[in-house]
Amino acid sequence: MHGRPRKAPKPEDEAASAAKAQKLRALQTQFFSFHHDQIYTKEAVELSAKLLEINPESYTAWNYRKLAVEHYLSQSECGPDSVKSVLDDELRVVESALRQNFKSYGAWHHRKWVLSKGHSSINHELRLLDKFQKADSRNFHAWNYRRFVAELMNRSEQDELKYTEDMIYTNFSNYSAWHNRSVLLSALLEKKAEGFLLKENVLPEEYEFIHQAIFTDPDDQSGWFYNLWLLDQTVTTDSPLLVSTWPTCGSDVLIMGDGCQNGSFSPFTTLLSDSGSFPIILYFNQPVEGVNSSTVTIECGFDKNGYLHWEPLSVSNSQAAQVWVAHLKFPTPELDSSVEVRVGHSKGIISTRGFQYCHPSTFSFNVHVQPVERDSFQVSVAESILWREENFKIYRAQLEESIPIASFDQLCIKNGHESTASNWRTEALAKEIECFRELLSLMDCKIGKLTLARLLMAYDAMSIPFATKLVHSEEVLELYNDLMKLDPTHHRYYKDEHSFVLLQKMTSSKESLLQHCFQYKDSVSSVIGNPICLRLNNLSLSRIGAFEKLLWVQMLDLSHNELQSIEGLEAMQLLSCLGLGNNKLRSVTALEPLRKLKSLRVLDISYNQIGDHSIDTTRYLCSSPLSHSVGSELNKDETVISDASLVNYWEAFYMFKDLNLNQLDIVGNTIADEKFKSALVKIMPTLKRLDGKVLD
Amino acid sequence: MDDIPPYPPIDPTTFDLIVIGTGLPESVIAAAASTASKSVLHLDPNPFYGSHFSSLPLADLPSFLSSHSTSPSPPPPRSASSEEEHRDFSLLGLAARPIYSSIDISSFSPDLIDQFSRKFILDVAGPRVFFCADKSIELILNTGANQYMEFKSIDATFVGDSKGNLLNVPDSRAAIFKDKSLGLMEKNLLMRFFKLVQGHLADEQDVKISDEDLQSPFVDFLNKMGLPPKIKSFILYAIAMADYDQEDTGVSGDLLKTKDGIDRLALYNASIGRFQNASGALLYPIYGQGELSQAFCRRAAVKGCVYVLRMPVTALLVDKDTGCYKGVRLASGQDIFSQKLILDPTFKVTLPSGSSPSPPLQAKLPFCSPKDDRGKVVRGICITKTSLKPDMSNFLVVYPPRSLFPEQVTSIRLLQIASNLAVCPPGMFVLYISSLCNDDDQGKKLIHAVTNTLLTVPPPINSESNAAVQIKTAESGCAVQDETAQSGSTGPSDPGEEKPTLLWSALYSQELTLGQVDFICSTPMPDGKLNYDDLIEAAVKLFKEIYPEDEFFPQTSSENHEDVDDGDGDGDASPET
Repeated sequence: MHGRPRKAPKPEDEAASAAKAQKLRALQTQFFSFHHDQIYTKEAVELSAKLLEINPESYTAWNYRKLAVEHYLSQSECGPDSVKSVLDDELRVVESALRQNFKSYGAWHHRKWVLSKGHSSINHELRLLDKFQKADSRNFHAWNYRRFVAELMNRSEQDELKYTEDMIYTNFSNYSAWHNRSVLLSALLEKKAEGFLLKENVLPEEYEFIHQAIFTDPDDQSGWFYNLWLLDQTVTTDSPLLVSTWPTCGSDVLIMGDGCQNGSFSPFTTLLSDSGSFPIILYFNQPVEGVNSSTVTIECGFDKNGYLHWEPLSVSNSQAAQVWVAHLKFPTPELDSSVEVRVGHSKGIISTRGFQYCHPSTFSFNVHVQPVERDSFQVSVAESILWREENFKIYRAQLEESIPIASFDQLCIKNGHESTASNWRTEALAKEIECFRELLSLMDCKIGKLTLARLLMAYDAMSIPFATKLVHSEEVLELYNDLMKLDPTHHRYYKDEHSFVLLQKMTSSKESLLQHCFQYKDSVSSVIGNPICLRLNNLSLSRIGAFEKLLWVQMLDLSHNELQSIEGLEAMQLLSCLGLGNNKLRSVTALEPLRKLKSLRVLDISYNQIGDHSIDTTRYLCSSPLSHSVGSELNKDETVISDASLVNYWEAFYMFKDLNLNQLDIVGNTIADEKFKSALVKIMPTLKRLDGKVLD
Repeated sequence: MDDIPPYPPIDPTTFDLIVIGTGLPESVIAAAASTASKSVLHLDPNPFYGSHFSSLPLADLPSFLSSHSTSPSPPPPRSASSEEEHRDFSLLGLAARPIYSSIDISSFSPDLIDQFSRKFILDVAGPRVFFCADKSIELILNTGANQYMEFKSIDATFVGDSKGNLLNVPDSRAAIFKDKSLGLMEKNLLMRFFKLVQGHLADEQDVKISDEDLQSPFVDFLNKMGLPPKIKSFILYAIAMADYDQEDTGVSGDLLKTKDGIDRLALYNASIGRFQNASGALLYPIYGQGELSQAFCRRAAVKGCVYVLRMPVTALLVDKDTGCYKGVRLASGQDIFSQKLILDPTFKVTLPSGSSPSPPLQAKLPFCSPKDDRGKVVRGICITKTSLKPDMSNFLVVYPPRSLFPEQVTSIRLLQIASNLAVCPPGMFVLYISSLCNDDDQGKKLIHAVTNTLLTVPPPINSESNAAVQIKTAESGCAVQDETAQSGSTGPSDPGEEKPTLLWSALYSQELTLGQVDFICSTPMPDGKLNYDDLIEAAVKLFKEIYPEDEFFPQTSSENHEDVDDGDGDGDASPET
């Protein structure tokens, strides 16, 4: 029961419970001997019932009873009537156990088991449930069982929906009821049952309903949870969408190695490649599976067979990912060719929630390859990158220069048929925004502010194809600033959201993005051709986002922030120089996204807190050396790991062995002593500079 | 009452306390005194328990009302002769005071009413209910009187307007959530106000209401909290149950202070959900309000109180020299003596003609008549065959001041009771209406304003009136029809909706007599409040006055309060569970 203070046991209660334990022990001993000898006599079965009545948590006893029932049923002579009476006995035992403890997992489970046999009348079950749900309307065991019974007796979702409504009217502070409502509505919407054909007709009523709860008592969380579910239903399109690619549609990509700038190409689309291939990146709005050479086809002048290996970019080794990459090989001679990528023209791309990608789209771009002079390449890698202020100057873009983010908008408009259908979504969000502004005008409410911030961001994101700017980002940032002050316990979360919005805002327009685009030193002698360096330093970011706008970035400065995690960075496949100095990364495993960045050459992780913690605690899911996948990799490299000096640094070994770094700065971390550094040198034979020192 | 059987003699003839009248305060005092081991004689001239708090069959109500509407003939002359028998005592005559006036009983469907006239059990002092957590329920539980009574929950409270609309009163979190007429902002404001009050009552430091606010008028505090008029009206009149207009200080001297307003909200709040089977804040006893007095009488009888019904008292015996009370003379002629006397408020003490009282008595006489309150309470009882709310049986409706007409300065309360409370035949409904008023005309106007708004009043077929009532059929009929015509223009906007038809009605004004502690202690008449708490309080005060040394219903150690409470929780509400 909820909201009832616990009473301290009185001495006589303690005596009673001791006596009970004594009795229970005796029963249990007797019971175990019956169970062990597989005795299923009437007397033995009754003993187990007695035991369960006192202690419904005795799983063994429930299992024994199942065996006893099976034993009885296997005897051929029993007719349907006697089967029913045996099972009814079981139901009675469960009922008396539930009276003892109506939250007993074993008892509810046993009841399910009995009913699944299909011999018992199910009509009694709803009455029993009514009793338990009246006694405690938030008993999730009862709600669980209710779903089971409703399905078993084919009770319509509409009837059950009505029931949740009644329960909510009795007391709307009921997570289980709201949850059941979301389950039922999802089922009805999926079935396209009558009256539940369109989300746009169902959701507004639900919004109206939940507003009553939220406004009546904004301090009650259960309503907010349901509201969040509704918001998710409104914002998330069922079918996944392609939101960004590299190369972008209609772009001219220059792939080169000699460091010369060709005047007609923008540094935004110039790429230095030493592997004879360049990546094609697909960025979806949600994780998808099934991206392969049949669902995504390529047509180009130089690669006739059209087979590409698509790799999901996720750190959790799952087959679903929001970002997919394939490497397209180009022939060494000079080349000008156009490439057309067709996504989803044949079915097979499916979101993790089971929805098909159903907006086939095509994008094409031109590739210009300039031959790489090996010599100059070798020289350039020996050069050192110094993340010093004086080495950067603001980039002045040519007037007509296209920036990859502009083309991203074009891509969205291609998906325009979705945006007309989503008018109701925008309208619903606008209504919600108005509603919660009203609530906040009445009172200071943390979760109200958070919801408003989420709504505003969702609204901006939805209207992006039509508006060029995030009109509400200032307000949202202000809301998160407020929240950090109001609710210090969740400071980290608000900080993350704040960072995320800040990045969205910076990448939302060409003008704002250009303010962060710099040129490194004098362009000609640069190591990495002549890319733009995106500098997002000194912004007190705690997390990074907006990757869909940043796929083009090759040089990124994230120094002097408050990053504890770089989750999602694996999407930036073109990165070759990354500055993460002076952040709050606390473990080697926090660097895991870097393992997916095959072209990363220069990395600065100096002055973090790496080594303070053994694993990255900022994520729930992280592969550890103890997990199976990593273990198998380690075995393959047995020769290396057998080196005694590396044994203590298995994390670092796992982390760095696949990186082709030329330059690494790691000074200023707990872990970075001389022993560790020498281990690093062994792990990464390609390393030329470590903490500014040229290696032999 | 004409053929009273011969009076049997009462033995013993001396008691600690004689109580005359079996109304609620008298019954409570009788029970309390019996519990305190006093010997008590409890007399009532009526053949039933409850006096002016009783529930009577419809057939008996008119005669009961009219018998208390005029002064009966002076005390029997034999008092003079019997005076001779006592050298030590003077006799003070007891005469009935007129309590009810402007009695108007109209039947619009005489056949139907006659057929069921014994099946209607009508409360004389309606409308009245219990709050689940009020003092009277507390007393009922403490004294064990609950074992003689059963209750049912009142389903809802509404606020009515002049168009016939009944707005649900959102009186709890669940009700606010469910309410269809409040806007989101209003819901938020109201719930936050409730939370503020709850926080204040729970002594939470950061939500304490300041002393300055507590001493200010409640309505000012509500304004300060920014509550819109509709919500203010809900809180003031349908939850705090204020009697007089709180916003027009000119009219009312009865302005609720914030402190009292909060107390009333606290009572309401504590009432909701107190008993598992009671859904709302209010309770009504099955078989009518008369059960309450009777329950206390039974309780007294168990403790040894002697009951004699149908026994009028003709005179008081007082000491000739000191003028002190000594005993009573019964209609049977028997004299009974006691230390103390509690008198029903319907009597007044008269001097026998031709005798000059002794000087000490003379000094006391001006105080011998019960005091009247400044106003009256007007009560109406209506019977219909349709509920005012199609899907509901038992509910309360409050008409806040000025909700029916501009000059309305008092709240009018209406209680609909259905057959599941065993007070009327199935399919019929009894409506109790009451309001405070200054005079009979004003009172009549208040009741008619309600009936005309809610009911279709057919032309009268038969008005039951007798000489004592002094109401002419034609007159009352005219009055009713006039009102109908008046309200026609402001009547319900939707003429398609059928209003319940009035089958029978009773309308009467009642004197508001306060309890009195003096030469003679007398109990109060039913007041204009919705529950009994003030009356119970008056009874406690009277008891303390006559027995300052004794505890009022001491807690007996054998009775575990928790158990009684829980037991009541189960039995207290709907019998169907």
